[in-house]
Amino acid sequence: MSPRWNARLPLLVTATILLLLFGAAGLMYPYFFSTGNAVNILTAQSSVGIMAVGLTLVIFAGGIDLSVGAVAGCATILVATLVERHGVHPVVAAAAALAAGATFGAGMAVLIERFRQPPFLITLAGMFLARGCAFWISTESVEIRHPFHRQLVDFMMQLGPVGVHPLPLLIFGAVLLAGYVLAHHTRFGRNLLAIGGSESSARLMGLPVSATKIAAYTLCGLTAALAGVVNTFITGSGNSIYGTGMELDAIAAVVIGGTLLTGGRGQMPGTLCGVLILGTIKSALDFDGRLDAAWTRIIIGTLLLGFILLQRLLLRRLERR
Amino acid sequence: MGEPRPRFWRRSPAVWPLAGLLLLLAVNVADGLREGRNFLSVTLQDGRLVSPVIDIVKNGSYGLVLALGMTLVIATGGIDLSVGTVMAVAGGWAARLLLDGHGAATAVMAALAAALACGLVNGLLVAGARIQPIVATLVMMVAGRGLAQLLTGGKVVQIPPGGFQWMGHGLIAGLPVAPLLVTALYLVTWAGLRRSAAGLFLEAAGDNPTASRFAGLATGRVRCLAYVGCGVCAGLAGLIKISDIGSADPFGMGSTMELDAIFAVVVGGTALSGGRLCLLGSFFGALLLQTLTVTMFYLGVPSAVAPVPKAVVIIAACLAQSETTRRWFARLKPGRAA
Amino acid sequence: MTAPLLTLRGIGKKFPGVVALAGVDFTVRAGEIHALLGENGAGKSTLIKVLTGVHPADEGEIRLEGGLVRPGSPKEAERLGLSTVYQEVNLIPSLSVAENIGLGRQPGRFGLLNWPALRRHARAALARLEITCDVDAELGLLPLAVQQMVAIARALDLRAKLLVLDEPTASLDEKEVEELFKIMRQLRAQGLGIVFVTHFLEQVYAVSDRITVLRNGTLVGEFATAELPRLALVGKMLGRELPAAPGPAAGAGEPARAARPEAGGPTAPLLEARQISRRGALHPFDLTLRRGEVTGLAGLLGSGRTETARLLFGIDRADSGRISFDGHELRLGSVRAAVRHGLAFCSEDRKIEGILPNLSVRENLILALQAKRGAWRTLARAEQEKLCDHYIRALRIKTPGPETPIRNLSGGNQQKVLLARWLATQPVLFILDEPTRGIDIGAKAEIEQLIAQLRADGLAVLFISSEIEEVVRVSTRVVVLRERRKVAELTGTAIELPGLMRAMAGGHQDHG
Repeated sequence: MSPRWNARLPLLVTATILLLLFGAAGLMYPYFFSTGNAVNILTAQSSVGIMAVGLTLVIFAGGIDLSVGAVAGCATILVATLVERHGVHPVVAAAAALAAGATFGAGMAVLIERFRQPPFLITLAGMFLARGCAFWISTESVEIRHPFHRQLVDFMMQLGPVGVHPLPLLIFGAVLLAGYVLAHHTRFGRNLLAIGGSESSARLMGLPVSATKIAAYTLCGLTAALAGVVNTFITGSGNSIYGTGMELDAIAAVVIGGTLLTGGRGQMPGTLCGVLILGTIKSALDFDGRLDAAWTRIIIGTLLLGFILLQRLLLRRLERR
Repeated sequence: MGEPRPRFWRRSPAVWPLAGLLLLLAVNVADGLREGRNFLSVTLQDGRLVSPVIDIVKNGSYGLVLALGMTLVIATGGIDLSVGTVMAVAGGWAARLLLDGHGAATAVMAALAAALACGLVNGLLVAGARIQPIVATLVMMVAGRGLAQLLTGGKVVQIPPGGFQWMGHGLIAGLPVAPLLVTALYLVTWAGLRRSAAGLFLEAAGDNPTASRFAGLATGRVRCLAYVGCGVCAGLAGLIKISDIGSADPFGMGSTMELDAIFAVVVGGTALSGGRLCLLGSFFGALLLQTLTVTMFYLGVPSAVAPVPKAVVIIAACLAQSETTRRWFARLKPGRAA
Repeated sequence: MTAPLLTLRGIGKKFPGVVALAGVDFTVRAGEIHALLGENGAGKSTLIKVLTGVHPADEGEIRLEGGLVRPGSPKEAERLGLSTVYQEVNLIPSLSVAENIGLGRQPGRFGLLNWPALRRHARAALARLEITCDVDAELGLLPLAVQQMVAIARALDLRAKLLVLDEPTASLDEKEVEELFKIMRQLRAQGLGIVFVTHFLEQVYAVSDRITVLRNGTLVGEFATAELPRLALVGKMLGRELPAAPGPAAGAGEPARAARPEAGGPTAPLLEARQISRRGALHPFDLTLRRGEVTGLAGLLGSGRTETARLLFGIDRADSGRISFDGHELRLGSVRAAVRHGLAFCSEDRKIEGILPNLSVRENLILALQAKRGAWRTLARAEQEKLCDHYIRALRIKTPGPETPIRNLSGGNQQKVLLARWLATQPVLFILDEPTRGIDIGAKAEIEQLIAQLRADGLAVLFISSEIEEVVRVSTRVVVLRERRKVAELTGTAIELPGLMRAMAGGHQDHG
């Protein structure tokens, strides 16, 4: 195998799986291959997708953020209460939620870096903190009735025969593009991968290790909050239990997308593939109706394991050299 | 032997959670007095001893079991994020078997076997395939939830009345069964670890895996068994839980319990880096956590917000144990810096 | 002779409990290859770290082209023109060659990277070294030699004035070493100063112009390579001056021969290794160990001593060959099989491969025995304490008690606990890798006595030490390794310092 091949193998496997799954689902269920369904899949996955982009950056650097789902939940309820109970304009409320998410991510990163704590532990505690704060703001779901926000929610476009809700898709697309550029065409992104590949080497090469990691967690907090804000555009309400377990979907999307969970290896387009694979599986199980929804989790878990083992195998080939 | 044994309070890391526990109890007693309740009261009702303290122990019993298993894994320098999910798998399957008319013994054995299998998979992934513990157990955390839903048919299963409920509601000498069972399990584990070489092997594998391997220890096997033990404990916690509340919820059961278990262990003085285990500390740590929840309740904090103080305490505990903080303290008292 | 490029004066560096460098001077001229030599603990790596800003010096001054500098971080040192290539190539294996060369200073505009320019740049940097390789290839998949070249390309890319090569040849084969030397000579011709750290004396003489020798954190001296015979160099590294001429040596260097044990009658071999080898670690060789004999392994650092021990004990799996032990075939690559057969191994790296720092003296002591017995055949606490008491007294281990964490003990006492750990398993073959390193004189003498006792008790001992006099004092048979080959085996009266040193030094004075 040529050296170039090795790095891209996981992404190729991901893309192949996506095509196979999508193709199989299309053959099995009529109407699966339709613009409407494709749009549905994308819209349903936009929040997870946005979150996964930020998470990809953190995982590139060998970190993990388990708090993203809870931060998203907290963001939805924050926006909703600010708009409904405090009369804040939705745009300002959204900006506040994004700022809060970014600050939260940065705070966790500082604890992780400064006190040399395992990231999973700090972000797991962060998940509790964010979830608790969400409930503290409001335990009930809050509907947003502000006319500007309603306009956003009701804003539909006609794409052939199907109605498209463009805002989440556009934001997802923009975030994905920004993430791609950041990861693959800036020093910051390459530094992230370098840190994930070998933190001590990165230090010896004179790269700004701590600052880069803190920036990654900050961006991850930001995208998590954005995922929550986007969800309010879809549902028109804020709900403090929103996003429960979503961090697992996001992590799964990143890993199935061919990014190494221990850092140092990965591509942003892979994350898109991962998100789409999750969406396809969920959608196919919806179409089927016979199979239990429980299979989603099992299939995702199996895919996760498969990818982790595949990566492990590739790494072992490296170590043997 | 030669040296005088240092006193318990100087030596054992269990002192800190115990102190925290006593502090919280004091807060509760004070709060109770203010409102005219006696927090420490014990009354006998229908042959059952009733006391807020006993409630804490009873409601904290599955947290105690989880902490026990987690202690084993963390002592080897690992972590198990799947305990909540394994609870759901074991609880869900036991409930399903009971609903299908199987006996309590069958259900219990089958559930524990399932939990053991989950633990074994974790162990093999970590020790055999050399996957990082958090990654391996994360996979189990995701896939296990689906398995639990599959086993229960994707809905909350109500447990038919019968002998099985003894575990959650039975009494021995006026005391609830579950905490007695759990305490006994702690004692048995403690004796097992300290009387046999198992405890030494666990700590050795966690303290310095390379040196342990060079000393001829089968470190892989030891680590694998720790995950198996943790899985079984999680299964038992699931059984206690469903017996207590009378139903098994494959979606919600045990979710976020992994943090509770890690919390109890870390607060209890077993370092996340592995190498030293303190069962007594985990015991007090788990009780501390439960008391904290109850205190929040009495102080009028909504239960949904309760994770906040928990998270704050765990972060504080971790930071307090970190090297950075230790160095700060060492600088504060220059005479004692080693 | 050109003006000094880099001058270090009176460099001192202390770490908690250790003086790593004391008053070291070091001068490198532009356009020379300067070998920096010394055995374990000589202070080579500390000196390099001072130079490259990883550990700033406590005292002394560094002048680069006459101006005072004080590099405080690797980045600062690089900016000054001091670049380093470490042995364990400090690059990112998962990124491409081009990225590794450009990381941290990629060309770009408006914050966006210019990938084509980066590739062009990388290709040019490699071309300067006359290397052609796919700059898009993942670094980790390339041969180590190429990785090394990429690291050099990266270092030079920073307009380096001085290039430090820290054991660059440790994992290269002969052809790759030649390639590297060609590049080093070419760079020298371009006026670069090169500091070359290596264990291989052949290579020192093949490529270097001057040599600086360090020993125990102090400067032994600076020499022109052409004027320093190999034997004299080894003498300086080991801290032992020798008459240059071979022959019966008298006086200064000779240890008290009377103290050296004589081998008894020939006994049956206990362990026979036939043509064992491991790629990149040891060339195939035979080794026979007998009961009642102490076999010393002599050789300079990097000659393959530790690698031999690790192969015999099953830590590393041999690529070829077989080991028979007491009539049984020993399973290769299994520590547990080795322990079961009665092998014991005290590693040179006490901290990482020896002690369990947070566990008590008692637990550290019984670990190997308990692991041999398995979890179920537990040693009763009383028995454990009896064992501890016995060994604490027998080896005079200074500890407040058996329950003290072992990390609180001094190095010598930790070492004794580790010896006791293996003695408790009643081994028949004891492999001791640098058992006396970093411990005080008293403990050293005690360990030597212990080895003599073990020999008298009929054990086979394989003894590895950097202190050659110690090898001479303790061993009844000495196997000399050089550059990962067995070059000589001496017994009886043939074990004497000059002969050993000549064998270790190799070259023309070789008298196997």
